[in-house]
Amino acid sequence: MTGEIIAFAEQREGALKKSAREVVTTAAKLGKELGAGVVAVAFAEGAVEGAGGLGRCGATEVLLAQGNGSAACARALADLARERQARAVLLPASAAGKDIAPRVAALLEVPQASDCVRLSAAAGSIEAVRPVYGGKALWTVKSRASCFLATLRPNVFPADESLGAALEPVRLPAPAGTPATLATLKEVLAPQGGRRIEVTEADVIVAGGRGMKGPEHFALLERLAEALGGTVGASRAAVDAGWRPHAEQIGQTGKTVAPTLYVACGISGAIQHLAGMSSSRVIVAINKDPEAPIFKVADYGVVGDVLEVVPALTEEVKKAKAAG
Amino acid sequence: MNLVACVKRVPDTASPVRPGRDGRSIDLGGVSFVLNPYDEYAVEECLRLKEARGGQVTVLSAGGPDASKELRHCLAMGADRAVLVKDAALDRDARSTAALLAAALQRIPFDLLFFGRQAVDHDNAQVGLIVATLLGLPAVAEVSKVDVGTGAVTVRREAEGGIEVHEVPLPCVLTAQKGLNEPRYASLKGIMKAKKMQIEEMEVAAPDALLEVLRLEPPPPRPPGKMVGEGAAAAPTLVKLLRDEAKVL
Ligand SMILES: Cc1cc2nc3c(=O)[nH]c(=O)nc-3n(C[C@H](O)[C@H](O)[C@H](O)COP(=O)(O)OP(=O)(O)OC[C@H]3O[C@@H](n4cnc5c(N)ncnc54)[C@H](O)[C@@H]3O)c2cc1C
Ligand SMILES: Nc1ncnc2c1ncn2[C@@H]1O[C@H](COP(=O)(O)O)[C@@H](O)[C@H]1O
Repeated sequence: MTGEIIAFAEQREGALKKSAREVVTTAAKLGKELGAGVVAVAFAEGAVEGAGGLGRCGATEVLLAQGNGSAACARALADLARERQARAVLLPASAAGKDIAPRVAALLEVPQASDCVRLSAAAGSIEAVRPVYGGKALWTVKSRASCFLATLRPNVFPADESLGAALEPVRLPAPAGTPATLATLKEVLAPQGGRRIEVTEADVIVAGGRGMKGPEHFALLERLAEALGGTVGASRAAVDAGWRPHAEQIGQTGKTVAPTLYVACGISGAIQHLAGMSSSRVIVAINKDPEAPIFKVADYGVVGDVLEVVPALTEEVKKAKAAG
Repeated sequence: MNLVACVKRVPDTASPVRPGRDGRSIDLGGVSFVLNPYDEYAVEECLRLKEARGGQVTVLSAGGPDASKELRHCLAMGADRAVLVKDAALDRDARSTAALLAAALQRIPFDLLFFGRQAVDHDNAQVGLIVATLLGLPAVAEVSKVDVGTGAVTVRREAEGGIEVHEVPLPCVLTAQKGLNEPRYASLKGIMKAKKMQIEEMEVAAPDALLEVLRLEPPPPRPPGKMVGEGAAAAPTLVKLLRDEAKVL
């Protein structure tokens, strides 16, 4: 069987994102089952730090391509997928990946499985598991086309750097022809509240809800997040009250996150909130109501007033970190 | 200005979700349907643009006859025209849905074509961008602000790393993110007016779905958690558990 697996290796400002290793590792595991090579592609004008290291995650080729904007990247990926008769094209379910993948689906006429949490190959065919209905159910899907296109939920698929050796990246020539009328990126404004780790990229999230009682108390969460090396998130109630920016909202109408540690502070655990965070690895809940639904998904629960528990927790974390 | 919003009928997010008897779709017992929340932002933005600059708002949905309820809701909000693309297929994937809508849109003029960021049933977040690509139109997804200029729109989109400002020539495709606006409630007058309005029906051919759903299952339950204790006094134990048991510190 011919055909390779194309893995989109996301970079920002010349540095690979963590998702690149996750996507390439997942592609390599599928490739092993299917006997397919893995072509990792990063889009950048200049060098990408660590790109060659994707060979360690199982890439058999690392390409550096040019693509200005999602439409151009999609076209380049689709062209490459055709040229290589790709069995699969994998991207992260990040802002960029979610913006590129459907355009690839349209160009290649293949279906896309969005935000997958598991991928496997058996008997020559790829299956994906993905949450639907806001995480209230899981779908197992496969493609009836010869190619499978999927975006992978960040932080869910492990990266493994022992699957191969570093490679020398190969630069692809700039695409020929003039692009169609496109959207032009004019500028990038700093996010509301300054530049910080995005919730979708954070390893630790300390999220606050209506139980925080007011915007001023989120400083407590900032301090705990800082001690844990994480970032602050919020429930919709906290966002709708104007306490926190939309970019921090977690849940069905906000971001979907899967950090290693999620600390829910004064959040009741409504089904639409759980939709965005229930695939976190470890969940801690702090709530004064012992009956709050958040305790049903929490690994560790503390019943109490967030305004008292959070500062105490911050002190203990600092002590533990200092002790090493 | 011709403004078009594509809208979908979806289960209310508070509805129970259980596997149905076929093991691939949900049990519809006890499920109530609503206009997809993101599509509400799309319709609201069209209405605001019409109010500010004049024009016509068309809402378009592909689905069974039931979808006329959500289309009527859009008419009650203030849309001028509603089109139902009759579709009996039960297993449409995003690509074949997009092909269906793109075919219908050949017959509906527009300057701005709006979608929701995603439909909260299958959470695909694909249809808007696929339609744009099929029609060869520029597109920006997940916009949280739209300013219309002459022959182009300036939009904001939240991405990782900051808020992107894009300029897009018309006609173009945008998908609505939460925060774009606060959708209005339908007025009593709007509801009465919508009752008398006609919903146009359209039939178009579309390719079959290529994504096969093998199973729909409830998510595995999370293992039962531990109640660590009460109040600030629980902090040392919690940190110990996070470090030694969960190994996340
Ligand atoms: C279509 C739709 C989409 C939605 N999307 C989202 C979404 O994306 N994200 C989201 O979060 N929600 C979403 N919601 C809203 C969701 O249903 C809930 O209303 C929301 O999550 C509640 O936020 P909360 O937990 O902060 O507030 P509440 O439900 O009011 O809970 C506050 C909690 O704080 C506790 N508390 C109060 N004081 C203290 C204290 N001093 N110390 C400790 N605990 C305290 C209370 O016991 C309570 O459990 C959506 C709803 C709909 C209909
Ligand atoms: N059957 C449909 N009819 C009309 N619009 C749809 C339909 N399905 C999806 N859409 C539109 O496409 C958006 C994204 O849907 P999805 O890609 O399925 O998450 C929705 O918010 C709607 O605007």
